[in-house]
Amino acid sequence: MEYQEKLKIDWWTVVIYLVIMFFGWLNVYAAGYSEAHSSIFDFSVQHGKQFIWIVMALALAGVILLTEPRLFSNTAYAIYGFVMGLLVLTLFLAVTVNGGKSWIDLGFFRLQPSEFAKFATALAVSKYLSALHIEMKDMRTQIVVAALIAIPALLILLQHDTGSALVFVGFILPFYREGLSGAFLIIGVAAIALFVLALLVNKYILMGVLAVVALLYLFVWLNKRSGRIYWRTIGIWLCCALFIFSVDFVFNNILESHQRERIDVLLGKTEDLRGSGYNVNQSKIAIGSGGFAGKGFLGGTLTKADFVPEQETDFIFCTVGEEWGWLGSSTLVALYAWLLLRLIAMAERQRSPFSRIYGYSVASILFVHLFVNVGMVLGLVPVIGIPLPFFSYGGSSLLAFTILLFIFIRQDASKNQLL
Amino acid sequence: MSKQFSERSQVVRMIILVVAVIFVVRLAVLQLFNPKYKELAEMQSLRNVTQYPARGFIYDRHGKLLVHNEAVYDLMVIPRMVKNLDTAYFCRALGIERSDFDERMDKARRYSPYSASVFMKQISKEEYAKFENKMFRFKGFYISQRTLRIYDRPIAAQVLGYVGEVNQGDLDRDTYYKRGDYIGKSGLEKSYEEVLRGIKGRKMMHVDVHNREIGHYQDGRYDTLPVEGSNLYTTLDADLQSYAEELMANKRGCVVAIEPSSGEVLAMVSAPTYDPNLLVGRIRGKNYMMLNSDIAKPMLNRALMGQYPPGSIFKVAQSMVALDLGVINPGSGFACEKNLVGCHNHPSARTVQEAIKMSCNPYFYQVYRRVIQQGKYKNIYKDAQYGLTVWHDYMLRFGFGQKIDIDLPKSGMSSGNIPDTAFYNRWYGKEHWAFSTIYSNSIGQGEVTVVPIQMANLAAIVANRGYYITPHLVRFYGADSVRDEQYLVKHETGIDRRYFDIAAAGMYDVVHVAGGTARRARVDGLDICGKTGTAENYGNDHSVFICFAPKDNPRIAMAVYVENAQGGGGTWAAPIAGLLCEKYLNGEVKRKDVEKMYKEINPCQKLPLTRRVKKAKKKR
Repeated sequence: MEYQEKLKIDWWTVVIYLVIMFFGWLNVYAAGYSEAHSSIFDFSVQHGKQFIWIVMALALAGVILLTEPRLFSNTAYAIYGFVMGLLVLTLFLAVTVNGGKSWIDLGFFRLQPSEFAKFATALAVSKYLSALHIEMKDMRTQIVVAALIAIPALLILLQHDTGSALVFVGFILPFYREGLSGAFLIIGVAAIALFVLALLVNKYILMGVLAVVALLYLFVWLNKRSGRIYWRTIGIWLCCALFIFSVDFVFNNILESHQRERIDVLLGKTEDLRGSGYNVNQSKIAIGSGGFAGKGFLGGTLTKADFVPEQETDFIFCTVGEEWGWLGSSTLVALYAWLLLRLIAMAERQRSPFSRIYGYSVASILFVHLFVNVGMVLGLVPVIGIPLPFFSYGGSSLLAFTILLFIFIRQDASKNQLL
Repeated sequence: MSKQFSERSQVVRMIILVVAVIFVVRLAVLQLFNPKYKELAEMQSLRNVTQYPARGFIYDRHGKLLVHNEAVYDLMVIPRMVKNLDTAYFCRALGIERSDFDERMDKARRYSPYSASVFMKQISKEEYAKFENKMFRFKGFYISQRTLRIYDRPIAAQVLGYVGEVNQGDLDRDTYYKRGDYIGKSGLEKSYEEVLRGIKGRKMMHVDVHNREIGHYQDGRYDTLPVEGSNLYTTLDADLQSYAEELMANKRGCVVAIEPSSGEVLAMVSAPTYDPNLLVGRIRGKNYMMLNSDIAKPMLNRALMGQYPPGSIFKVAQSMVALDLGVINPGSGFACEKNLVGCHNHPSARTVQEAIKMSCNPYFYQVYRRVIQQGKYKNIYKDAQYGLTVWHDYMLRFGFGQKIDIDLPKSGMSSGNIPDTAFYNRWYGKEHWAFSTIYSNSIGQGEVTVVPIQMANLAAIVANRGYYITPHLVRFYGADSVRDEQYLVKHETGIDRRYFDIAAAGMYDVVHVAGGTARRARVDGLDICGKTGTAENYGNDHSVFICFAPKDNPRIAMAVYVENAQGGGGTWAAPIAGLLCEKYLNGEVKRKDVEKMYKEINPCQKLPLTRRVKKAKKKR
């Protein structure tokens, strides 16, 4: 064997992973609980199936830990190519579930290739960026990595799975870490802020306020009257103006009607409590009714009585909120935060750039999922259907997240050998 | 690690931390500080009640009520909320046994301990009154008001259809429905389900410790009012329908009557029929089993689902086709050569009008031969193919060979059969058939089958002298009087109306002139035009009659089928049609003796109805 050194598995990460996964399973069980299927090992219902997925995920994790350490960096492009092929195939073979076309029916199992695209893309991006003489600051590099994430994102968009496509935005964090200008982050946040403001506030007032801010910046803070900074500020202001006026067009012509409604609901412009606002409102009631300590395991009434749609998958967090209260749900958020921060710390201690970039990618993908999913349930983000990692019901997502995480744990376990 | 990159690592960590803190704070706002959600923490005191809208009423063409509703009560239970129940007292109040109570509770618990299910269905107003004032003692139980269909006159059962509980298929197809909801299962109830059903409402109610609804949660912000179902205004004439059903009592068969100028169905009877009140409420299940297993198939709408050989009536359509093609003219005469095809004794027909009156088989044998073998090709097989294609096209324009686009559920409806070249090529092989193989079609036997409503439509076509409007049962619905545009369209046969005048004259003679086959349809003062038919069949022949009246500006066209009746169309179907015309056009029937006779008579009385069919089935 090439590597003699004992594997140094980061057990804390594994423990957090296990805790989240089993807590998730308990909540899937609670969300679908009925006395007819009260056995926890009833394989005809969702929690029973989820148990099978958990067993499979653990087996898969074990297998990944036993692989040769360079396996994934050597086969990164091949895996990427294979999964992209699957995504293309999905476009032709997909069965429609809830309006999305992202499932291939394998008879015994519905495979959702978009879930696997995440770790495949992470591998390919890490492989590319870790090559010698590749600098994140180069325009060329930026274009290539943009293409690497755009291909799966577009293929998934074609499957009408906006949520999963959005996840790829998360790669901006590893890019930033590797040297992408911070301006991209700032522009991104500013664009979202302007988009929201443009929908809420009169556009001319908004531009006026921006102009005042720019003038204050130029004359009061900097106190300069000429030079490049002057022109640049005007340029930025014009770009903002253009952006603000394009918002209406994008909102009305590019977004689909249900997406428009969800944004309107989020911004409080409409309160369609029985239509598009129904899910979020019901989920807020369910969570709110949990109070400080919750109603206790299996004690939830709202999430049981089918008030909250999709309660086992995308809205599973409601069950946590209702049955485990503020204490339980905050603990879960804290667990995720701990996991993410730990992953960042692990990524920083890698000696090989491939492992580091991959570690950041893992953390970022999980982060976007957490942000969008919990944000949606709490009414902070428009309704976008993506699962809560390791937690929501679903075989493809659990297996794919496990692969994503354990490839990194594997890399980390022999970090001293990998350069 | 350079300083720059460790700074960047800190930025990423900050982003994660900030988001986590935002979430925890947001959770605190929702769960700890917001009174709105705190109030909801007492979910136990809220009840989500579905409000069922009343189903739309159904009226006849004169505004007489055919179907309306009666309030009943479902006793609902949310098993988890049942607390401190005095079970014995509860059972006494409801008049049920303890074991029954346990069984119902178990069922409700199995469905879901947290959501409402029906504990006892369809409690009448009187029964409910007995324990209404005791409800406060039954925590976890509440009353949900539902409606049931009521039929003041037990008529038109197969047309109106019935309402029943949704099944799994309905639930999968449309998320509007929840388990225990009702849906139209057949007839107009099914085809106009979305018009009739309205929209369910919902209310969230505060419930006090005594299980009384004390008010709307948050002043009704989450409530929706139910939208009542729209009323259907049908084309049926309730009196004619009822009268036709009386006449068809003790018989098997059907009647379809249409107003030719509008295509509106005035009556549609399928005998034997049943009282639609049988399929309502708690007795529905038992009665459904009984009706469904009845060998006479009372739930079948024979007017749409039956397929029969058209018999002699088909000759009317044949003569129109031949005249339009120019292969004969109104004055064409053919000898009654019984060696070609059997016939009864009568003088040879000298004109088309006479041929229709006497229903001469050899005459129409000749007519059909000219249609099929037009002499366009030397090869007789090719010639027959050409002729049949032309004929087939005409038949489609008469509405034959396809499902009539009536506003009733299409499933189970027959299309009838008009054979085309592909049909015979499959049967005999290409160029292996010619007129001599298929001549039975000329007299409405052979491979041709039709559906009773298509025959009534044929009567309407002659009445209109060449066109029809698709028969339909609903004139308009709802407060806005919505009409279906497709029932305003005239479907032209493309045949000159002069020829239809000849057909009408021939049909007039059938009823009125010596030697006509349907003298029994005669009613003094009404110039009824008709045509008899005998549909050959295993068992005894079916007696068939189509007619319209009056001859000019007809107001009614109909087809009458009496199954397995001994004797031809003139014996049974024609006099029944005559009585119906009299009823509709004169408003009342003066010939009480005739009426009494045909109401009571059973044309196949030698054998009881059910045994006959068993025998017929064996024969097949």
